[in-house]
Amino acid sequence: MSDMQKTIEIEVLRYHPEKDKEPHRQVFEVPFTDDMSVLQGVQYIKDYLDGSLSFRWSCRMAICGSCGMMINGIPSLSCQTFLRDYYPARVRVEALAHFPIERDLVINMEGFIEKLESIQPYIIPKEERTLAQGEYLQTPEQLNAYEQFSSCINCLLCYAACPQFGLNSSFIGPAATALLHRYNVDSRDGGKAERMELINSEEGVFNCTAVGYCSEVCPKHVDPANAVNQNKTNSAADYFLRFLAPKGGAK
Amino acid sequence: MEIYKADVVIVGGGGAGLRAAIAVAEADPSLRIALVSKVYPMRSHTVAAEGGSAGVKQASDSLEYHFNDTVHGGDWLCEQDVVEYFVAHCTEELTQLEHWGCPWSRTPDGHVNVRAFGGMKIERTWFAADKTGFHMLHTLFQTSIKYPSIKRFDEHFCVDLIVEDGRVQGVVAIEIASGEFTLVEARSVVIATGGAGRVFRENTNGGVVTGDGMALAYRHGVPLRDMEFVQYHPTCMPGTGLLFTEACRGEGGFLVNKDGYRYLQDYGLGPAEPTPRNKAMELGPRDRLSQAFWYEQQKGRTIEGQHGSVVHLDLRHLGEQKLRERLPQIYELAEQFMGVDPAHAPIPVRPAVHYTMGGILVDGRCAAPLPGLFAAGECSSVGIHGANRLGSNSLSELLVFGKVAGVEAARHARAVAAGDSTRLLKQAQAVEQRVVGLKTKSGGSERIATLRKEMAQTMEDGCGIYRLAETMQTTCDKLDELKDRFRNVNLEDKSSVWNTEWLLAIELEYQLDVAQSMACSAINRRESRGAHQRLDGFEQRDDVNFLAHSQAHYVAGGPPRIDYGPVRITKSQPGTRAYGAAGEKAEQERKASNV
Repeated sequence: MSDMQKTIEIEVLRYHPEKDKEPHRQVFEVPFTDDMSVLQGVQYIKDYLDGSLSFRWSCRMAICGSCGMMINGIPSLSCQTFLRDYYPARVRVEALAHFPIERDLVINMEGFIEKLESIQPYIIPKEERTLAQGEYLQTPEQLNAYEQFSSCINCLLCYAACPQFGLNSSFIGPAATALLHRYNVDSRDGGKAERMELINSEEGVFNCTAVGYCSEVCPKHVDPANAVNQNKTNSAADYFLRFLAPKGGAK
Repeated sequence: MEIYKADVVIVGGGGAGLRAAIAVAEADPSLRIALVSKVYPMRSHTVAAEGGSAGVKQASDSLEYHFNDTVHGGDWLCEQDVVEYFVAHCTEELTQLEHWGCPWSRTPDGHVNVRAFGGMKIERTWFAADKTGFHMLHTLFQTSIKYPSIKRFDEHFCVDLIVEDGRVQGVVAIEIASGEFTLVEARSVVIATGGAGRVFRENTNGGVVTGDGMALAYRHGVPLRDMEFVQYHPTCMPGTGLLFTEACRGEGGFLVNKDGYRYLQDYGLGPAEPTPRNKAMELGPRDRLSQAFWYEQQKGRTIEGQHGSVVHLDLRHLGEQKLRERLPQIYELAEQFMGVDPAHAPIPVRPAVHYTMGGILVDGRCAAPLPGLFAAGECSSVGIHGANRLGSNSLSELLVFGKVAGVEAARHARAVAAGDSTRLLKQAQAVEQRVVGLKTKSGGSERIATLRKEMAQTMEDGCGIYRLAETMQTTCDKLDELKDRFRNVNLEDKSSVWNTEWLLAIELEYQLDVAQSMACSAINRRESRGAHQRLDGFEQRDDVNFLAHSQAHYVAGGPPRIDYGPVRITKSQPGTRAYGAAGEKAEQERKASNV
């Protein structure tokens, strides 16, 4: 341990609504080891350099979805992004793009929660079943049809990646569409017709311009772009079917 | 101060809190429910549970087997009537989750699949790949959106309970985004705030797991029960403590020392066989496996790594395809965080603190001795885990007892009258003044992080896998010192919006109280049982003096008072706790003597 302690510079976008008119940058020098995540770097700043830095985090293992940030301009989970991939250069961290900043790296995510609540993200049973009757049967193939879309951790990286959401924050966006799709294609669910009304609306899937960056940044391989595109097809089919069948065409 | 008038307030939006909220909503849709959580519910630490949730599923299994595994696994420190209720309701609750959409892994014919888990005689662990807690939490959260009577207070940090006329009548919370205070009036309060593993240095827990609800109840005179029993999970990432699920071993993984030897066979868990055998070797209980690691380390048979000694979790023989299907998250954790491809190299692991068996004293109906107060999940001690929890019992616990807590809280809320709002507000204002005072006071010199680090280190030193009176005493003294130094804490941030430094200070104060209850309970238990193991003349279990629950009572300005309560035994008399071939022999003898 005779080596000098290595350090790395972390540049943080700071903003405090009680003090600042606009965001500004601040650089901190943080001790560096090759197994440190960006989150651990930011935690070091809070613990030992500046207690007033605010950010969300919890699980440290890429499953709670709290710690999304822009890292060198790319939406990333800071717990599974490592400082060694930038060292010895400076790393830049900012709040997730396209969301209002509440303070420092903390964004306001109420809009997403409202979208999630609006898609009826729960099973609307195709057929009622009592607990005494046991589980619904669902084959591994039927599980496979939606499992990927159920893996969304609501980290919002996809919204920070989505240019259309950046232009129009009322767009339902990738994660909420993936979750909507998750329930629509679940073999136990019969609520697709109700949910398709939202998809066909002004906030729905046709806002998407198929950039696909949402799927690229998704840390859980949910592939929300795939869900959005499948629903464009569904939505188009629905549009034509509505002339043939009563109350939409979705079954 | 904002005021919200609820009928039932639930503190904590993890699995237990959400299940309780849904239970209240279904019991009586006219009751107003406030769900107060310091994070958005889907961030709660239930999300990180990996392996699965126990419930009898197969024809070859029985409630009696699940009962016996749980009580033996808990080294007979379980409330047996509560365990009977628990095992009888697990499967129904897991089926309920299935109806709500949980993506349980399936057998080819479409039934829910089950896997083997440590200390369990028959495979009964329901799983959703290796992200079971994540899927259960999101299923519960998304399902809770159906119920209009649940009013969520997301990112509201609870700072106190309001106790008036000898019963709890509400809580006070800070809205994190504004720093403003809210009084939530309620006739029933359910605490579901999870465990306290962050009081230890190396742990598997998320940053939110700081024992808040335990400390709140404790300060209002509710005893914390069996707090000395802290579970070390045997297979965690060195340094960070991140978890590699027990399902790695349920699927057939091996634990080997530096010689590639499956050392567990030297610790009464053998014989070593090439395929998993339930309740043997790698499928032994967590306390025994963590203890075996400690002995291997003493013998110099572990491997030295950057973050301390390790052994190897070897999954290579399972093959990449099975690992990707059954353990996808583990695969990615090993790859991304450690640069290890588990299909081609063993994963270095060591034990880390994982779970608090003890908690807020409640009866089998989740009711605490303080009228109106209920608790469920890891923060509570309803009595099913005893001295050592079996893996996959805690996810089932939060469903079964989350529901019980909700139903009972609803019943209580209907049975009692609302309190005097003026007096509740007066109390809440005093709470606000005290809590704001922590932020605005000046002249302090102690850093929060320094105190927190010293606390976590002393807990590891004194209350680790093996314990000695001398080091436990050092820990007790150190905690006294840290509580003293906390009064001199300095906050750089005096502002209102998203002042997380302020919240960290409040959490640290909770943690110091909970840590003290653990250390003082530990030093007073002069025996070895389950996760509490001593090496200073008390190496044996002592049923004459310590077949009893410890109860830590809060004492302002000093260490807690410890006393003991009885253990309820219904049908399983304390016996030899054995695993592997020895366990099978003991079971045969037990059967023979019962004839």
